[in-house]
Amino acid sequence: MRRAAAWLAALAFAALAAGGCAGRGEQPVELRFWLMGREAEVVSQLLPEFERRNPGVHVAIQQLPWTAAHEKLLTAFAGDTLPDLCQLGNTWVPELAELGALEALDARAASSREIRQDDYFRGIWDTNRVDGVLRGIPWYVDTRILFYRKDIVSQAGFGHPPASWDEWAREMQAVKASVGPGRYAILFPLNEFEPLLALSLQGDNALLAEGGRAGDFRGPAFRQALAFYVAAFRNGWAPAMSNTQVSNVWTEFGRGFFSFYVSGPWNIAEFRKRLAPARQGDWMTAPLPGPHGPGASNAGGSSLVVMAKSHHKDEAWKLLEYLSEPAVQERFHALTGDLPPRRSTWALPTLASDPYSRAFRDQLERVRPTPAVPEWERIVNEMQLVAEQVVRGGISIGEAPAELDRRVDAMLEKRRWMLDRRAHP
Amino acid sequence: MTVRLAAWSFAAPALIVIGGFFLLPVAAAFALSFTDFDLYALASLENLRFVGLRNYLDLLQAPLFWQALGNTLYFVVVGVPLSLGLSLGAALLLNSPLARAQAFFRTALFAPVVTTLVAVAIVWRYLFHTRYGWVNQGLAAVGIDPVDWLGDPHWSMPTIILLAVWKNFGYNMVILLAALQAIPRELYEAARIDGAGIRQEFVHVTIPSLGPTLSLVSILTMAGYFQLFAEPYVMTEGGPLRSTFSVLYFMFDQGFKWWNLGVASAIAFLLFALVLAASEGLLRFARSRGMA
Repeated sequence: MRRAAAWLAALAFAALAAGGCAGRGEQPVELRFWLMGREAEVVSQLLPEFERRNPGVHVAIQQLPWTAAHEKLLTAFAGDTLPDLCQLGNTWVPELAELGALEALDARAASSREIRQDDYFRGIWDTNRVDGVLRGIPWYVDTRILFYRKDIVSQAGFGHPPASWDEWAREMQAVKASVGPGRYAILFPLNEFEPLLALSLQGDNALLAEGGRAGDFRGPAFRQALAFYVAAFRNGWAPAMSNTQVSNVWTEFGRGFFSFYVSGPWNIAEFRKRLAPARQGDWMTAPLPGPHGPGASNAGGSSLVVMAKSHHKDEAWKLLEYLSEPAVQERFHALTGDLPPRRSTWALPTLASDPYSRAFRDQLERVRPTPAVPEWERIVNEMQLVAEQVVRGGISIGEAPAELDRRVDAMLEKRRWMLDRRAHP
Repeated sequence: MTVRLAAWSFAAPALIVIGGFFLLPVAAAFALSFTDFDLYALASLENLRFVGLRNYLDLLQAPLFWQALGNTLYFVVVGVPLSLGLSLGAALLLNSPLARAQAFFRTALFAPVVTTLVAVAIVWRYLFHTRYGWVNQGLAAVGIDPVDWLGDPHWSMPTIILLAVWKNFGYNMVILLAALQAIPRELYEAARIDGAGIRQEFVHVTIPSLGPTLSLVSILTMAGYFQLFAEPYVMTEGGPLRSTFSVLYFMFDQGFKWWNLGVASAIAFLLFALVLAASEGLLRFARSRGMA
């Protein structure tokens, strides 16, 4: 009898201990979250609320500098030390998906009450689909639009920003004539691929053909974009310069060295901060003009991804949902200036009332993803090199698309081999 | 037998370290250069192909490689003699009995060696700015039209060479200065008694006495200059039109930007072979002149 009581006591103790483990005394989960650049600095201000709502989850942040992030991610993959949740530039999503590092999120997104696909801008959502599988949730969007000097453009005789390429060309012509020698209408830095890429995405054909097996820069989309781009240099509207030569684009924009500039959302804050108070009324943003009326632009930005090898996927997903809430995204925008990817966040007062952001809101309905192949960064880099050669001399504008396709096809050789092997093992 | 065993066991720690941290990685990199190791291979080794000599053959047919090699040779052929000449000139001036404030100038001329290249590059970018740079303003003062130093493919490499020479000459200067100070005074006295002028003293006393140091310094400088990377990386990113794109920059792009480690290893070994051959050539030249 006494022995039985002792057994019972032991059992009760064991049950208590076990219950304790599952209940309040639970080992706190440490969620490892990697971020890049400025976002890492501010996200810690958003986390206390999440940790309050989810006791037992502690978020450990690690900041990677953008310049070293790519290398660090690949090394972490090789060394099996990837975090649970990670911010990822969306052009890197295909690459890490190819490595098998990213969790498929289709099922979680479909059953989520917070993350609703139809609330996200279509172009940006699609950048996270690799071979039809959802690998990330957009966190913020980075696209290119037109920054312009209202005063100079109106002096040249135009009261509104251009909506189409023809109009843009006329305005650049007029601005150049009005500012005279030594100053220009537009700055297309020759070592930045983004402006030409945005123009190329406005055409009807994708830049790669056959499911990313070969280049299609010979198609009409790139041909017309390159022609427009090069014409800006040939006509003397744009200086043949790289951004390392300009040294300080903000000062130069303030001085009127150029009046049009294709750039991204971070420059709203920069121009507000760096231009003289007297200049603040003189600049504005506009959606990117297209070949025939308002055109598309690139769907860049960062996504949040859950790593396939994480042991805390549920908690990681919870944090991802939390960071996607419109109210949290509004605070995030206030802290960073990053553009939210959801329409409902844009309806909130801080964003809806900002005149400089309005052009971005408009542009986001027309953003297009770039081809989802791991080689994309290399390809787009090569595209810019060829464009630079056309502008500075070396390749004729007629030969450039075929030459580029030849180089791109060589880069995609391994991909073709792998796809063929997968198709016929 | 026990003596041999003892000898090996004394040598073992060093051998293990050299083997593990030098020989093995070099051998692995050499093996890597015969494969197409890339991002896909990182995902799964099934995606790794043995390609034999293809990386090397492709490189030798790639216009970009030849362009990078041409740029690197341009940098070495112009930069090394310029750097050595400047080092020697500065060392001679500092060693001259007429030199005043020697310690100050020695420190001032050595200072660029120990400053951070990135900080220096920012200042240089402003100095060579087409419109606001002091260099162009100085040229304008004597009536020369502005030069687009970093934006014109013909001027970018000379600008990079200037930067590298200015940044590095102090190091060799200090070594040469030490060697100059070690030349016995009696040699100069003897030469003067024999009626030698300053020029003859320099050619027949100074240069032969500096011989071994000069050949050492030139081999080290040449090997260093072949590995041109940081200067164009921070000044021009290899541009404009890849006019400052070097072999090592090519390797960096392939290896760390695009993760094509097979190709990057092949470039590394080609560069190694080149530096080895050039050093050997220079050493033979020095030996034939009795300078090493």
